[in-house]
Amino acid sequence: MNNRIITLKNKPRILSFAAVAGKKEAEGPLFNLFDEVYEDTKMGQESWEKAESILQKNAVTKALQKGSLKQSDADIIFAGDLLNQCTGSSFGIKDFDIPYAGVYGACSTMALSLCMAAMSVDSGYCNTALAVTSSHFCSAEKQFRKPLEYGGQRPPAAQWTVTGSGCVAVSKNANKNAPRIEKLAIGKIRDLGITDANNMGAAMAPVDVKIEP
Amino acid sequence: MSVSKNEYDKMAKAASPDSPVVLNCIKAFLFGGGICCFGELLFFLYGLTSLNNDKIKILVPITIIIITAIITAFGVFDNIARHAGAGTVVPITGFANSVVCSAMEFKNQGKIMGVGANIFSIAGPVILFGTAAATVYGVIYWFVERVF
Repeated sequence: MNNRIITLKNKPRILSFAAVAGKKEAEGPLFNLFDEVYEDTKMGQESWEKAESILQKNAVTKALQKGSLKQSDADIIFAGDLLNQCTGSSFGIKDFDIPYAGVYGACSTMALSLCMAAMSVDSGYCNTALAVTSSHFCSAEKQFRKPLEYGGQRPPAAQWTVTGSGCVAVSKNANKNAPRIEKLAIGKIRDLGITDANNMGAAMAPVDVKIEP
Repeated sequence: MSVSKNEYDKMAKAASPDSPVVLNCIKAFLFGGGICCFGELLFFLYGLTSLNNDKIKILVPITIIIITAIITAFGVFDNIARHAGAGTVVPITGFANSVVCSAMEFKNQGKIMGVGANIFSIAGPVILFGTAAATVYGVIYWFVERVF
């Protein structure tokens, strides 16, 4: 460890990955990178939280499929979301027969779960580890801000929570051309006093990371 | 990173686009004024019936509350309010919307712990401080009435 940058000895590789997203995300510039896009962001469920779980379930299913992985091939799954007690993740992956470690890192959950998956594969404890994250605009609004039908004005700097989920399978069995993970840098918390719930980007921007070349 | 909270606050503010204050004020004036004119129209129309003035004064806000509740339920209110801003928040429409939208949001968590526990999650402070203020002014009024 140098300068608090974790250098992985075996450089585990990304075996497969999948991303699923909602309608609004599909209208953006990344539309052709999503594996699945859903017009109905409620996913046929009765609540936004359940819809988010389905997003996560679909992302994992798709990533396993793309990597020709069986559930028994995945040794551990690191998953998280924005909801209380990571309910989106717990209910999303309960049907998979894979050991689950819940991760809460707000917007850093994908990076954080990917770091942990990479470390668990690099250390040799796992052959394949999954890193999964989801968020849903409607469940996030409900949890952190106002009900959807509330008549208020969003400030121009307000950000929009993604409706979607991503899953990455990190493995030591991936082919030689697959992208590999060499180093990990985990940021420290820097609280610079942003209290605006609509401007989480400003709250998170001052992460303190020094990356040496 | 050696930026103080103060400096960062300035940086964040500089990087955030400003709200169009003048346009927002004009829209709020027009929408808010429109709702008030609608209230006056209702007052006039109810006046054509045999109802007395006291009843009409209650019926007008009730009508506006019911209309707001219905268009909130149909998902229309928030689209109007996005433009109207204070124009729909300040009149009784804002209060009605905040109650109905909370009830809708928490409906699937059950009637008591869902709707019941959360229906006033936004309107709660208004009810609390409104009631408290009314009590304080009521007491002052009671004394003033007896002195003068």
